[in-house]
Amino acid sequence: MNCKQRAPDMNTLDRRRFLQGLLGGTGLSIISPSSFAADPGNIPIANTPSVLVDVTRCIGCRACMRACKIANDLPNDTDLSVGFPVTWDRQELRFDQWTVVNPQTGPGTDGIDVTRNVKRQCMHCLQPTCVSVCPVGALTKTELGPILYNEDRCIGCRYCIMACPFDVPKYEWHSGLSPVVGKCQFCTRKRLSQGQLPGCVEACPTGALKFGQREALLFEAKARIASHPEKYINHIYGEKEAGGTAWLYMADVPFENLGFKSTMETAPMPPLTWDVLSKIPILAGAMAGLFGTLAWTLNRQEKSE
Amino acid sequence: MNGWIFIILCTVSLIWTCLCLVYDKRPRLLKPITAITILVIWGAALLTLFRRFTGGLGAVAGVNDDAPWGLWIGADVFAGVALAAGGFVIAATVHIFRIKRFNPILRPTVLTAFLGYVLVAVALFIDIGRPLSWWHPLVMWQDHSIMFEVTWCVILYTTVLAIETSPPLLERLGLTKVLKVIKASTIPVVIAGVILSTMHQSSLGSLYLIVPGKLYPLWYSPLLPVFFLISAVAGGMCVVIVESYFSAKILKRGLESYIMTSLGRAASIILFIYLIIKLADLAVRGHWDLILEQNLQSRMFLLEMGGGVALPAILLAFRRFRHMPRGLLAASLLVMAGIVLNRVNVSWIGMSVTDHLHYYPTWMEIALSLGFITAGTIIFFLAVHYLPIFPKTEEEEELPEAISPGSNTGLVSA
Repeated sequence: MNCKQRAPDMNTLDRRRFLQGLLGGTGLSIISPSSFAADPGNIPIANTPSVLVDVTRCIGCRACMRACKIANDLPNDTDLSVGFPVTWDRQELRFDQWTVVNPQTGPGTDGIDVTRNVKRQCMHCLQPTCVSVCPVGALTKTELGPILYNEDRCIGCRYCIMACPFDVPKYEWHSGLSPVVGKCQFCTRKRLSQGQLPGCVEACPTGALKFGQREALLFEAKARIASHPEKYINHIYGEKEAGGTAWLYMADVPFENLGFKSTMETAPMPPLTWDVLSKIPILAGAMAGLFGTLAWTLNRQEKSE
Repeated sequence: MNGWIFIILCTVSLIWTCLCLVYDKRPRLLKPITAITILVIWGAALLTLFRRFTGGLGAVAGVNDDAPWGLWIGADVFAGVALAAGGFVIAATVHIFRIKRFNPILRPTVLTAFLGYVLVAVALFIDIGRPLSWWHPLVMWQDHSIMFEVTWCVILYTTVLAIETSPPLLERLGLTKVLKVIKASTIPVVIAGVILSTMHQSSLGSLYLIVPGKLYPLWYSPLLPVFFLISAVAGGMCVVIVESYFSAKILKRGLESYIMTSLGRAASIILFIYLIIKLADLAVRGHWDLILEQNLQSRMFLLEMGGGVALPAILLAFRRFRHMPRGLLAASLLVMAGIVLNRVNVSWIGMSVTDHLHYYPTWMEIALSLGFITAGTIIFFLAVHYLPIFPKTEEEEELPEAISPGSNTGLVSA
């Protein structure tokens, strides 16, 4: 678990640093960086549990939505025991609805409008923005890879909702004192840890969702594109977006036409604030020295006059 | 559209409230109309509080999953912190740079800043979803979060301000020994205050560094922390001018016009620097064309930069204009409005990529915000009335003083 080989490159180091202090316990202890054995920066990204979503294979049956609700004990208006569909109305992610499938219509590669079913859930970024912005470490990246939420730490500041590049975390707006932030947990505690597939993947009847290690899935996606270049567009969404995500998408329609954010940065997001934040101690020290000297000098001058 | 009518109504009610407060000639015996206005606002604010703590933020505020931060963050917290920047600016001027002629306004300014920060803390307490867990950042460290740093700075700086504000109260209570200790520690405390202020004023801007894809390019910039800091310094100075003007009017005391004009001059210079960096930054990032785009964002940007920065900067640059108390007041009010507009633009208008806004404040959000403003103003005047905040006028000076002579001029008298 505590492997000591550290990749020397800055990204890994940064990732390790912003994740430290998050894992290894939810108690109210004051956390010092050195007290953590778990070091997710050392887990090779290639082995991160991932899911490949082949948009062309999705038939929009929403069995995954139903399975997600059952697997995570999420409330639902309809009786889940009867069978799917949950509903055919357009659905949005909510704090108690962690995945949705909606039909999206947009121009295909030949310019003619086509409709595809697009699943949404937490992308489980390799360098998660939400984890880096959370002031109390309520969002953590597990050693394995998935990003989990711990409501016992959360103060409800909603910075994660504001900052997430994929607009995934959702908030319980109608709770007076104990609202939660809701998002896909990758079934980590309930299923992955018992060696089971995530609920949605297990429920998918068409093979649109495929679970595996990230490297292997990327390889498979590229193989599918190579064997059917006339069908797929040559873009795996999630391979580079926001520094790479555990959930990967392939489609036969440009992703921006399917409601995906096309302007997504490929650089990881956390350094955007860390680059500033990490300089603050030096600046604060410099200011203390400068103002201290100034006040002292001027004060002495005043007294001698 | 409804939203806009609503906002106009709210602005009118805000101005109405301020006018009621300011032009009421009897600060102790409020005129009936002022009293009714304030009672209505406080009643609505209390109702809002009750519903917020029973039904959640969704029951009272327009905030939602697409716009998780609303007016309470944009106006009450961001603008409130910026407008309270006068506290550290004047404290640094007097105690670090030893420019003693600013001494007479030190106490009222620090008091304003302290009240401002207390209200910001209260607003945050109401706005965070789990207010009972507000202390979590103090023990659950996550030092890669800007929010973590801001929380710490705001808590520490409010403590610093409490120390800086305490001498008038201690003088009134006659606690000479405590007063001595506090006065001896003035300079380190002020230096700490300046550092903490610089850190969190800029960090409020840094909060938005993480959303390059969401914040409109007219406002998103790697220099956001610098912009927030510079604009807060200018805004804080203008708040001092406005506050001194109205205090002089209401308390029927002379205006320290030489201090006000030099503050106006400094604010003008800072605003010019701000304007130049802002425009240069837009040019470097190649977004000049967005200013003339004719959409909601460009109009709000022009209003903010033209009316709230360029115009007052130019007006204040004229010596003759600065020496007219009303002119100085008008320009300072423009700067204050510009700061508020900037924070609202960043947190609201700029976070909606199209003309369609994801969020409109509700009447309850406005009522609580107005409640904060009125409560702050009333507490300020009560404090001024009962504590030795302003330098004594000549007839009062003959009265015996509790502490050594000169103690009314600021934190450090010796």
